[in-house]
Amino acid sequence: MRMWFICRFCCPAAQSNSNPEWEAKVLEYFKGQLKEKESHSWVPSLNDVPLHYLKPNSLVKFRCLVQDMFDPEFYMGVYETVDPSTKANVLRCGKYKDVTECGVDLNSRNTVTAERQTFYCVPIPGESPWAKEISFLSAARVVPSTSYVPSRQKRSYEEDDDDMDTQPQKQREPHTGTHQAEPHGNGDSKRQETEAPSSQTTTPSDCSSHLDLNFPLPGERGPACLVKVYEGLDSFKLNDTLEIYGILSVNPVLTVLGEEKDPSLLLLNPTESMETPEEQRAHDPPASLVPRLHMLYARPLQHNNPLLPSAPTEDQSAFVSSFLVEMASVRAELLAYLTHVLLGDGLAAEYLLLHLISDVYTRRDVLPLGKFTLNLSGCPLNSYTERLYQIVQQLVPCSYRLSMSLHTMNSMRLVPKKDYVANRLVSGALQLARNTSLFLDETQLEQGQLDSSGVRNITALGNLISWQKVDYDFSYHQMEFPCNINVLVTSEGRSLLPSDCQVPLQPQVTPPNMEEYLTTIHMAQFTSQINKFRVYLSLARTLDYSISDEVTKAVEDDFVDMRKDDPQSVTAEDLHRMLVVARLLSLSLGQTTLSRDGWMRAKHIDMLRRSRTEQQKSLNGNEP
Amino acid sequence: MSSPTSTPGRRKRNRDDIPATPKSTRRRGQDSSNGDLPAMPTSPATDIASPAVHDTSLFSSPRRSVLPSEVDMSSPLMYGTPSSRVEARQRPDLGSIRKAPQVDLHSEPPSADGAVASEQALGQKLVIWGTDVNVGTCKEKFQRFLQRFIDPTSNEDENAGLDLNEPLYMQKLEEISVVGEPVLNVNCSHVQSFDADLYRQLISYPQEVIPTFDMAVNELFFERFPDSILEHQIQVRPYNALKTRNMRSLNPEDIDQMITISGMVIRTSQLIPEMQEAFFQCQVCAFSTRVEVDRGRIAEPAVCRNCNTTHSLALIHNRSAFSDKQMIKVQESPDDMPAGQTPHTTIVYAHNDLVDKVQPGDRINITGIYRAVPMRENPRQSNVKSVYKTHIDVIHFRKTDEKRLHGLDEDSDQKLFTEERVQILKELASKPDVYDRLSSALAPSIYEHEDIKKGILLQLFGGTRKDFSQTGRGNFRAEVNILLCGDPGTSKSQLLQYVFNLVPRGQYTSGKGSSAVGLTAYVMKDPETKQLVLQTGALVLSDNGICCIDEFDKMSDSTRSVLHEVMEQQTLSIAKAGIICQLNARTSVLAAANPVESQWNPKKTTIENIQLPHTLLSRFDLIFLMLDPQDEAYDRRLAHHLVALYYQSEEQIEEEFLDMAVLKDYIAYARTYINPRLNEEASQALIEAYVDMRKIGSGRGMVSAYPRQLESLIRLAEAHAKVRFSDKVETIDVEEAKRLQREALKQSATDPRTGFVDISILTTGMSATARKRKEEVAQALKKMIQSKGKTPAMKYQQLFDDLRGQSEAAITKDMFEEALRALADEDYLTVTGKTVRLL
Repeated sequence: MRMWFICRFCCPAAQSNSNPEWEAKVLEYFKGQLKEKESHSWVPSLNDVPLHYLKPNSLVKFRCLVQDMFDPEFYMGVYETVDPSTKANVLRCGKYKDVTECGVDLNSRNTVTAERQTFYCVPIPGESPWAKEISFLSAARVVPSTSYVPSRQKRSYEEDDDDMDTQPQKQREPHTGTHQAEPHGNGDSKRQETEAPSSQTTTPSDCSSHLDLNFPLPGERGPACLVKVYEGLDSFKLNDTLEIYGILSVNPVLTVLGEEKDPSLLLLNPTESMETPEEQRAHDPPASLVPRLHMLYARPLQHNNPLLPSAPTEDQSAFVSSFLVEMASVRAELLAYLTHVLLGDGLAAEYLLLHLISDVYTRRDVLPLGKFTLNLSGCPLNSYTERLYQIVQQLVPCSYRLSMSLHTMNSMRLVPKKDYVANRLVSGALQLARNTSLFLDETQLEQGQLDSSGVRNITALGNLISWQKVDYDFSYHQMEFPCNINVLVTSEGRSLLPSDCQVPLQPQVTPPNMEEYLTTIHMAQFTSQINKFRVYLSLARTLDYSISDEVTKAVEDDFVDMRKDDPQSVTAEDLHRMLVVARLLSLSLGQTTLSRDGWMRAKHIDMLRRSRTEQQKSLNGNEP
Repeated sequence: MSSPTSTPGRRKRNRDDIPATPKSTRRRGQDSSNGDLPAMPTSPATDIASPAVHDTSLFSSPRRSVLPSEVDMSSPLMYGTPSSRVEARQRPDLGSIRKAPQVDLHSEPPSADGAVASEQALGQKLVIWGTDVNVGTCKEKFQRFLQRFIDPTSNEDENAGLDLNEPLYMQKLEEISVVGEPVLNVNCSHVQSFDADLYRQLISYPQEVIPTFDMAVNELFFERFPDSILEHQIQVRPYNALKTRNMRSLNPEDIDQMITISGMVIRTSQLIPEMQEAFFQCQVCAFSTRVEVDRGRIAEPAVCRNCNTTHSLALIHNRSAFSDKQMIKVQESPDDMPAGQTPHTTIVYAHNDLVDKVQPGDRINITGIYRAVPMRENPRQSNVKSVYKTHIDVIHFRKTDEKRLHGLDEDSDQKLFTEERVQILKELASKPDVYDRLSSALAPSIYEHEDIKKGILLQLFGGTRKDFSQTGRGNFRAEVNILLCGDPGTSKSQLLQYVFNLVPRGQYTSGKGSSAVGLTAYVMKDPETKQLVLQTGALVLSDNGICCIDEFDKMSDSTRSVLHEVMEQQTLSIAKAGIICQLNARTSVLAAANPVESQWNPKKTTIENIQLPHTLLSRFDLIFLMLDPQDEAYDRRLAHHLVALYYQSEEQIEEEFLDMAVLKDYIAYARTYINPRLNEEASQALIEAYVDMRKIGSGRGMVSAYPRQLESLIRLAEAHAKVRFSDKVETIDVEEAKRLQREALKQSATDPRTGFVDISILTTGMSATARKRKEEVAQALKKMIQSKGKTPAMKYQQLFDDLRGQSEAAITKDMFEEALRALADEDYLTVTGKTVRLL
């Protein structure tokens, strides 16, 4: 807030002497301020605070994913206004604003045209309820600076409706962040209440058709935002996760201009009519639904785990080094927990743990390195996989469960597609942020016919797993977008999708009531414990890793020896996998270099796993 | 301000005589007699002085004065030339161009005396307001350009049939007089090389300069061909402005300038009639007047000039003039985009005859004027949205892919290289080990398989395209086709993926998922227009590129059969739903196939292992086996390579290998600019190589080489010369081609029974030894039957047993049946059911 006032103050002053450097100075100032410890927590977040509690033209932040990039637009960077009473000309700044001041002199020679681009941003898809909740609670400290008091009783539903009739411009907030499946309701009841009228507000009285906010995943909620970007356009990419600091603009004029359809104006200016209604809806939605955010500064997010300091500062390294000490013990606890969850199967638990910290850390030409898709086969039927997902969801900050039933595979849109009529990228379920856990539940798949879109979806999943890329459909051509998604496939037999590693589950216990069993395990963990696991999983992923020359040599020797014994059974693929396993194993223990010991352990567990799959094969007989 | 009111006034009256119907062209011929008046600035001074005065009516507009870049009605930019009897067609693509006054650079606001004075005298000083364009000079320069410009190196297809040593554009004018299509396309790069200053003016002030060009051309044309009759006056359409190539690089500075961008049409609107001139009639005295539309606005006359009644004029739609207009949405072409971003789109307006010239899916180069639609004041709104809408008014379309459909042979995509880049590439080419460097830069994550990578490298470069259509053989295939077979999991797919990512026109399909239709082309009915549209498939899309086909063996037979034509003739014939055509598919095929029995069986031939028809196999220049070599040294190197992959940092990798971008450019450069030809020695070497190959076989009584092998040898040698950036194919190229072909044959055409390389495995599907054996068995069977004496019929089973007993070698039932069939073909016997009868 304070910062914004400074901005208000310095802008006109700087404009009058038309010094172009003031813009850079303002940015510098904000960046400097935000670097200061804790300062970013003063800024209210769009993710946490309902839109109508935020002051227009104030500084807000938004944690989001770049879902679409619109065409660049030209705007009046500097313009002149004429005061009708005094006839005085004043130069004004159009940057960071949607709407000009009164009395613009459209023909002034001092008008400067500048360029900016609009990104369509949505909240990070699949963000786990716990991550939202924690960031919400930490945001509660900011509240004094806004008019939003979380304890305040929300106005009733009826009042809301009255409001809408009498004050159509009233800022209304369709969303808020709670997931419907959220079991813990601490301090959230008010927010759930705000959701109630949302179904009404998404269809404004004068807008007949439903406004699709284009979230990648079905059932998502949250504010979508049109972010106006002024600097560093090339540094942003589609599907980047960003924390954007910017100036909120919800000027009702934006909506009115969009809605206004004066036929006589259309006749004279066909440019307006060129935009299809769909396009107008997509690009100029009512500001009350999709606020505009003028970006001052954006911070790319390495992760969206609110328990971890997000910026790579001294803070973080101190945090990391303090946590590294505990790493091994937390790992042991987590392993025990996962073993329970996986019905006493320690090996599967080990692999699941490795999978959860895997990350595509680099690419060599087309080959993504570090991906570790796990196929857990032999999963018990009934709701086991669903419960398993809920447990995974409790551990990772971002996740999505795709139930691969025949119907969903045939009907769901996985791959984003360009809609040329509305001129936007219609999102699909595979448009996910980096390190999202994608839980593919193949146990839901039954026999039957896949239609062509089903085949396409399966192919897309296969490509995602093998190459970590999604080919977005641009109708005349396809465009490849690399991604970094942790795919976990649960299936009965071997999955029909490719995977880096298949582990047949061997339950040691057969609880009579699966539901109860898993719930008990889950309940037995303290929140503090779970939080430790969460930090552990996010942190292990960010560690650096290297292999010394000496170990390299040992690994090479080992490989040659293995090949000597049985060239058929050990292939280059196996070496690839073992190197990944060794890497993840080391990282999971907080070791940043591969030790000889680590390599041996990786070999060992891989051998155990292989003997298990072999066993499975001989049991099933002719399975390929 | 002495405004020559007589001129416009008279024109108006003249025009009123013409029965007015809405139409897109206007007559201007009548007033042309006054057209050669010297330039006279006409804008009333009051307009300039009071820019802030606006009408508040619906049709309000910032009046013309405040828009600096307009040309006045009576300036020489006005349409109509002295001698023309041909109507001028208005050019909505250039916007309103009739209202900008010319100003004298050196004197203060245009004084009437200065302007009326002879243009010749003040020639150098008089410029169009807001620009530095002097109409007279500009016109003169352009006429000189038309008369003198010669481009002896031109290879544009548009100039086909023109004498390159004569002034190019004069020939085009002649063409216009014959054909009667009054459009003159002018290549801006020609203008630039002729007169850089003129080019700069053209780019910066197209709105003023192009009408000047029009005028110049028409003067010249009607001087030359006074009797020609054209539909309307000649319009100059410049194209290929070098200023902008990429949609992404458009910025506010490009507004109102001429630009050329490339892109793909994604949507076209229906035709929009756009009002060019509004017709008003006074309700009181029926006096009528015309008002031109100025940037989408009409300044409604408030007072009738005849009877002085205020607000009495009403718009008559029927008598207003309209022009055709179409909105086209163009999307950035995928090659121009940085990775990880979405393509940009731009709105383009096409006018008059350019309407409906392009269809969604076309790749086009657009030359036009970049516009920002000015902000419109809304009487009901005090503050406005501060965003401009931008579009391009198109002047010239050029389809970049139309040649694919029409078969003209010239590479259309000319990639531009900066000089430094070319220098880097040439430096690289001069290194003696460039071949090895490039091949190791190819898919560095895949280990070894050096020869395969070299083969693929040569495929990327391709041979020289030769045209034998004069002698009736049509085009020779210049593309190299490669098949990779081998054990699953030997990174074949990865290699394919890499190649697909490397080449600009690559397509990747999997044999499992593709149908014949998906590979070739299919006909689709547009649901709106009911028009049949030809949608091209992977093979056609990868024309001039590489089509990567994974799981080649899993492809259905019918699908594979379409490849026959593509892989030798390089065309695709379509006969579907009323569309019969032949599309070019000059694509190299890089295919990967797995053996039938999941593991490669070294005891069987290639054909037996992958079960592909030999007719198809013989169309591959190189067939490589990717096998697991299973030896210790290899394992060690492999392990080292893989481990390095996981721990080396980016920088280390970069040091070791060439950048993918450099490789891309290198290939693109070589493909575009290098066309090696065989020199004498190389031809001799090729002949020798071929004769040698034939000789090997003839010693053992079999054919060991076919002309196809010679052709592929030539292609490979040419490709290798291209790698060296050499214009001559020399002996070393032939040597390498020979070596590579031998290596490939060694792998794929070795007869497992004899250990010899036998080309007939690939060409006929059966090794010569196998055929010999077959014959031997048949002879033995014949002998045996003959030895039995006169028995007209025998039992099948008994005969088989007899033969088995007689022969030393094991004889399978298949062999026996084959022998029977062979004898039946000789008309020696027939087989009916279980009995064998002699004839």
